[in-house]
Amino acid sequence: MLKIADRTFRSRLLLGTGKYPSFDIQKKAVEVSEAEILTFAVRRMNIFSEEQPNFLEQLDLSKYTLLPNTAGAKTAEEAVRIAKLAKASGLCDMIKVEIIGDDRTLLPDPVETLKASEMLLEKGFIVLPYTSDDVVLARRLEELGVHAVMPGASPIGSGKGIINPLNLKFIIEQSSIPVIIDAGIGSPKDVAFAMELGADGVLLNTAVSGAKDPVKMAQAMKLAIEAGRLGFEAGRIEEKEYAVASSPTTGMVTS
Amino acid sequence: MSIILNGNNVDHQEGVNTVEQLLSHYHLENRIVVVEVNKEIVMKENYKTMSLSHGDVVEIIHFVGGG
Repeated sequence: MLKIADRTFRSRLLLGTGKYPSFDIQKKAVEVSEAEILTFAVRRMNIFSEEQPNFLEQLDLSKYTLLPNTAGAKTAEEAVRIAKLAKASGLCDMIKVEIIGDDRTLLPDPVETLKASEMLLEKGFIVLPYTSDDVVLARRLEELGVHAVMPGASPIGSGKGIINPLNLKFIIEQSSIPVIIDAGIGSPKDVAFAMELGADGVLLNTAVSGAKDPVKMAQAMKLAIEAGRLGFEAGRIEEKEYAVASSPTTGMVTS
Repeated sequence: MSIILNGNNVDHQEGVNTVEQLLSHYHLENRIVVVEVNKEIVMKENYKTMSLSHGDVVEIIHFVGGG
């Protein structure tokens, strides 16, 4: 079970809702993934043009926990404004703090992220900051009282997977709050790897929505989460330099 | 009366004087939206009483797909 603040979730997969080829495929992918936490962005409504269907309005909201993000914010103040707008919907009190500090790499601004997290905690939000994989920053965020830390595996949407497993492992080892690996996931092996490192969950979007078959990939990610987690709990063998035979070395049938 | 609605200058005829009337003018009364007037969030229970004035900056916000 994944426990964030006072909520528990059966699924350790958090799924983004952006960039699916169609609503139909998206609905099926979400269902198959068995994710219980879905991320959304907060935007101006396009009220002057033809009505487009809205994915969130088609969801059975009793089955999902919404995790709106503050994407688009470049400062702590902007992030707080977006978070307050999201909460005013009456549908959620969790917020993914996402403050981009660099347009080319979409890496988060650590200073503004720390500031926004503090402001949002004061306002009673359940705060899940998307951060870089900095070990000390993760500790500082935990000391503030955030409810989970979400270090990136690699740049958003890059699909490069986990490029610094050592830092992620350090963060996981030191944290007593959930560590959710967020961003940069490319394939199921990245998810299994994150879970084997001991992550409490993985948040991904493009890896599923951009796959050739998003529904099938959603299922693959679900299985990878489960396989990785079971592997972590089971405790893997030590690596050795040389071969160690699995078959008995006595009673050989030889001439 | 003209207001700035989601970044656009719009003129409304008589009958669009409150947030509630604005939402129904755009057929949004049953949609999941959040309304901000001059950077202050208007809670649902105040839609009926919150009146709009000339020059108000109004944002109608909703949730879209995102990661």
